[in-house]
Order: sequence, then C-alpha cells, then structure tokens
Amino acid sequence: MLTRRLAVALALATAFAAANAQTKLNVGVAIPAADHGFTAGIVWWANQAKKELEQQHPGLKITVKAAASAGEQANQLQDLFTTNKINALVILPQESAALTKPVQQLHGKGVYVTVVDRGLTDASAQDAYVAGDNTAFGAVPAEFLAKQLGGKGEIVALRGIPTTIDNERVDAFKTVLAKSPGIKLLDAKHGNWNRDDAFKVMQDFLTRFKHIDAVWAADDDMAFGVLKAIDQAKRTDIKIVFGGAGSKGMVKILKDGSDPRIQANVSYSPKFIYDAIKLTAEARLKGEKLPAKTIVPSVLITRENASTFYYPDSPF
Amino acid sequence: MPLEQISRRLRGLGPAVGLVALCLLATFLNSDFATVDNALNVLTRSTFTGIIAVGMCFVIVGGGIDLSVGSMAALIAGCVILLMNSLGAHGVAPGLAVAAGASGAVLIGSLLGFAHGWLITRGRIEPFIVTLGTLGIFRAVLTWLADGGAITLDNDLADAYAPVYYGALLGVPIPIWVFAAVALAAGAVLQRTAYGRHVQAIGSNEQVARYAAVDVDAVKLCSYVVLGAMVGVATLLYVPRLGSASPTTGLLWELEAIAAVIIGGTALKGGSGSIAGTVVGALLLSVIGNVLNLTSFISIHLNAAVQGAVIIAVAFMQRKNKR
Repeated sequence: MLTRRLAVALALATAFAAANAQTKLNVGVAIPAADHGFTAGIVWWANQAKKELEQQHPGLKITVKAAASAGEQANQLQDLFTTNKINALVILPQESAALTKPVQQLHGKGVYVTVVDRGLTDASAQDAYVAGDNTAFGAVPAEFLAKQLGGKGEIVALRGIPTTIDNERVDAFKTVLAKSPGIKLLDAKHGNWNRDDAFKVMQDFLTRFKHIDAVWAADDDMAFGVLKAIDQAKRTDIKIVFGGAGSKGMVKILKDGSDPRIQANVSYSPKFIYDAIKLTAEARLKGEKLPAKTIVPSVLITRENASTFYYPDSPF
Repeated sequence: MPLEQISRRLRGLGPAVGLVALCLLATFLNSDFATVDNALNVLTRSTFTGIIAVGMCFVIVGGGIDLSVGSMAALIAGCVILLMNSLGAHGVAPGLAVAAGASGAVLIGSLLGFAHGWLITRGRIEPFIVTLGTLGIFRAVLTWLADGGAITLDNDLADAYAPVYYGALLGVPIPIWVFAAVALAAGAVLQRTAYGRHVQAIGSNEQVARYAAVDVDAVKLCSYVVLGAMVGVATLLYVPRLGSASPTTGLLWELEAIAAVIIGGTALKGGSGSIAGTVVGALLLSVIGNVLNLTSFISIHLNAAVQGAVIIAVAFMQRKNKR
C-alpha cells in the first residue's frame, strides 16, 4: 500500500518536473484586488493578457495574484517565487515604499522585474518601468478647457484621494492653466475618486459659486456624480464636464454624443497592465530586455476617436 | 439647586447647541450657507446615515452594536438594482419594477438584520464579531456581483425611480419627509411602548431584565431587524440618487451612524438614549462637511481633523456627570 502511494507520488512528481521543464518562461503578475472601477479594470486586463499570451506562446505560463493590502502582496511575492517558481515578475505595487524590499529580494535571486504605474522607491530593484502619464492626465484637460472656453472663464475642480498621483495631476493642470490668465480656478476639493463624495462636493460648489463655466472632475466616476448634482440644481451655466481615465460608460456617452457637457476625455487605461505583461513576456521569450522606462501616453479622447477607446467587455 | 438643574438641562441640549453654534459660524463664514436650497441639500444628504442612525439607536440602547450597516447598504443597493434591471428586461412596467425594488430593499434589510439577531441571540456570538464578519462578507459579495466595477440601473428605470430622491412634496424633498416620519415613529416606539422600555431595560442590565420576565432574546432580535429595515429604507432612498452601486457605496456609513447616535447623547454601553439627539447628531455631521466645502481657508488635507475636533467638542458639551 505504502509503496504504491509512493510510486504514484513519484510519478506525479516526475510529471510536474516534465511540465516545468517545458515551460520556458514563468511570469508572475502581482496586482491590487478590485476595489473600485479602475482596479477592477486592472484585474480584468491582467487575466485577458494571461488568456491571450498563453495561447500564443506554448512555453509561457502566467500566474495572476491580486492582493487587498501591501502585506498580502508581499506574501504573494514569496509564494510566486517559492511555489510557482517564476523567473519574471510584473507588479503593480499596492504601495511603493512597502513593496520595494520584497521586490528587491526577488530581483536579487535573478527574477526579471517589470514595475507598473507606481514606481518603487529604489529603482535598482526593477529592470523596467511601465507607467501611465499622470502629467498629461492633468495637462490635456487644462489645454482642452482653455481652448474651448476661449481663454476666459471660471472653473471648479475635483481631486482624488490625497496621494502623489493626485498631486502630479493637479500640478500639471494648474501649470497649463496658468498660461491662460483669463481662466480662474475657483476652488479644488477632494471627491476621493468616488461618485457620492463628488456629488456632495459639487452640490456645495453650486451653492457657493453662482456662475461656473466648466468642471474638471478629474475622474469618470466623479464626473458621474458631478453631472447628477448639476441636473438636480437645474443649472445651465456649466458648459463642459471633463472626467478622466476613459471608463466605458463615459466613453460611450462621448461616442453617442448623448450629453452635450461631455465633450472629451483623457485616456489612462488599466490596459497598461496588459501592455506591460505582453512587453515583458515577449521580450523575455526572446531573451531581450525592455527599455528602462516605457510611458503609456495619456491622450485626448474626442468623439471622433472614441470608438478606439471603447472596451465594452471590461468592467471599467 | 436651580443652577445645577439649568446646567444639566444645557448638557442635555449639548448637541443641539453645538449644531446651532456651527450653523451661526457657517453663516458668518459664507452667507450662502443660510439659504433654503443649501439647507435642503444638507438635510437630504443626512437622511441616509440619519435613518440608519435611528435604527442603530435601538441596537445601541439595547447594549448591542452593528458595524456592518455601510456594507449592508451597498449590498442591498446592488441586489435591488439587479432585481429591477432583470424585471425591466422581462417587460415589467418601470413603475412596478421600481416598487418591487423599493420594497425588496426593506425586505432584504430585514432578513439580513434577522440573520444578525439570530446569530447574536441563538448563536451566542458577540454582536461586534458577528457584524464585523458580515461587514466583510456583504461588501465582498457586492464587489463580486459588480465584478469590481459599478452596478448601474437601466435608464428608463432610473427615470421612473428618480422622483423618490429628487422629487418634493410642498417644497420639501421626499427623503426629508421619510426621515422625519421614521424619526417620529421611532421616538414614540422607544419612549412610549413596552417594547421601547424593554430595549432600555436590557441595555441597562440584561440580567435584571431577564428576572423581570422580559423575553430578552426576542427583544434583541427585533432591534436588529428594525435596524436592517432602516438600512433598507435608507438604501431605497439612496439608489435613485446616482442609480448605481459600487464597492465604495456606503463606505464608513457605520461609523457615521454610530457617531450620530453617540453625539446625540446615547451611551455606547447602552441603557438609555434619545432619537431626537440622534437626529441632531446626524445633521451635525453633514453640516460639518458642508461648511468645509463652502469655505476654503483651511487646507483640504485637514478636513478630517476639523470633523474630529467638532465631534469631540460636542461630546464634551453633552458629557454627563459620571462618578
């Protein structure tokens, strides 16, 4: 009995070893768990990359792990290395500072590391960095609003959760806006990338300012709350509401032209995790390296090009 | 000693005095504060956590706690939106689908409340643990249902449902009427019925209540069902506002509701409490946020600090002499 079990175990072990030998590249993907629209998009695009790339490349294996906290993600990195035996890692860190050491450990053991969106505090722990363009995320709407308003008007803005990403975007927005002295930024308050909070902040902006020409909502979820607040107050002075990130709901409104206040958007798609996995896997299969820094540009989405940014199957 | 009596009276009025002081300060900072439109905005906004706080008052007075109400609201919102969408897709008239969704909200809330009450009384698990567990469960299930994104109500249904939040009766928005009705009824039940007195008796001393032949388990169970139903009522008012539910829906509502109850003069350890105080507490919390949005001389990064300071100051004004 015991010998038979042993034999089965041995057979299984050899089978596993054989399977592992056939795998040329074993990529681990560590991302934040879906807790709002954007991260839901990240999870969806990561799994999409796994599905497509594993089919195209027989020697490729991709393991996707989503974590709700920095601690959980650090544990997953250990698991990916010891049990999944990865030789390349694509990571969107939960927190830059907290994940730097754990990533460094894997890098030191010979794992090729691609970091996405949130850079590590010590860049020597990464081989490549793929990121969205937060400067353009703020600059593009500022340019658009300045142009549409003819260099003159009054704007209110919403901000996200207080973070460095939010600061980068708002600074870029203000820098570009400063070139049009006729445009006045009345105030900017945190709506926390959240529909309900944006609704409340906008209600109070409407109470406070009797005339507003345009709103930089800075996020499509917040733009949704902003539109509802304007509708409720029956205000007609607001000509433009500019969201951001190109969620499928807002891109559809833009594409169909169903709300005259939604005239443009700026791309910041969770699809960059897909791009990062694809770039890493294809380069490593050929034994090549990625450029040290790849910026996925944030570009203006208008009614004309909206359909190329519309992904109806993605949750975001 | 009339002086001592007056000072005790004033302490009972602490939250109301705090609210009035805050409103005067707000008017001084921005004259737009004291407009009818702004007042209606703030009142309407406070109805969600206000109605939940009224239910929470029963649970806390009875010596319990419920940490899950924010997640519960999110889950109920998601479920009823899915229900209404599927009814609408099967050709049910929008008005009827909305009615089904609205009553479904209260029903689901009551059932979830019943489950809490059952686990706490029959399962003999601490309410803190039961509701901490369901806090995670409810939000996770919603996130799963929404695939991490948002569940959105179909357009024609949203149009049919919108008047429940945006509509008004005699110039006063519907949610405010509902809040007022709920608060008045709850006040009467807590102060003037046998059930209300039993809740208070259990909160002040469960053992004594048991000896006095109060059916402790049934009364407790009932208070969790009442709270669940209140969460359902709050949700049925919330859904038509944005017509969507997402993993951020109702985030931290539990803390706002509990804070409203405690600011209103109810002891966290139970025994006695006041619905009127709870209502004032809920209004106070909304007014703080409103004032911060209407002014811009404090760094926005300090908003939470201002909220915290006001809450502590009001609690200080209404503290009781405990020796």
